[in-house]
Amino acid sequence: MIKVNFFAALRETLDCDEIQLNVSKSLSVQQAKALIVELHPKWESHFKNNSLLAAINHEMADDTSMVNPNDELAFFPPVTGG
Amino acid sequence: MLSTNVIDRISIQKNDFSLADEVNLLEDNNNEDGAVVTFCGRVRNNNLGREVKGLTLEHYPGMTEKALQKIMDTARTKWSLGRITVIHRIGKLLIGEQIVFVGVTSKHRSDAFAANEFIMDFLKVKAPFWKKELTSQGEEWLEARASDTTKANEWNNA
Repeated sequence: MIKVNFFAALRETLDCDEIQLNVSKSLSVQQAKALIVELHPKWESHFKNNSLLAAINHEMADDTSMVNPNDELAFFPPVTGG
Repeated sequence: MLSTNVIDRISIQKNDFSLADEVNLLEDNNNEDGAVVTFCGRVRNNNLGREVKGLTLEHYPGMTEKALQKIMDTARTKWSLGRITVIHRIGKLLIGEQIVFVGVTSKHRSDAFAANEFIMDFLKVKAPFWKKELTSQGEEWLEARASDTTKANEWNNA
């Protein structure tokens, strides 16, 4: 099981702040995105957006980073704090 | 009272902060450092030609603190620094309210000046905060600015 969190504009657009992926082995961020789109076909354009950022266990990740079961994965738009 | 060995302070908070209190914490029992450089960011009433009424700030609890700590650790590898404080507010903020504080101490001023700007530049592009702007047209999430990324990248060539 992988917990997936969404933040800010992405969370509001999807109208969802968290989902679970039922996986028992490691997969890449790219594969996780594909799996999310498979489960939620309407979300496709948001997960094909190149500016979308990802984090694994609170560290920035890219499409090739590996996510393991029990990890916390998150997706969010470019940051705008300060 | 701040214990003398607590030199990094990170706070993500809804409440306002006092500049005087923060400067006191940086200076208290700290007689090695002659320089204290502080930056405070506030909500302004305009952005990209739009009239702004206020902001809502969201963040990613857990990741935010980690990202800020990483920026502070990197600053410590580049300059000789004493204490560092980073405060960032979340939730609803009105015009003129304080959003962010960065305070850095060092023996001499050049280290604290440079580190303060470095920490702010990287906070803007690496720390997971998002601003939603309230204007007369309604609420809208801010888009990230390319100029912020350019400014942070300039440190790689510095």
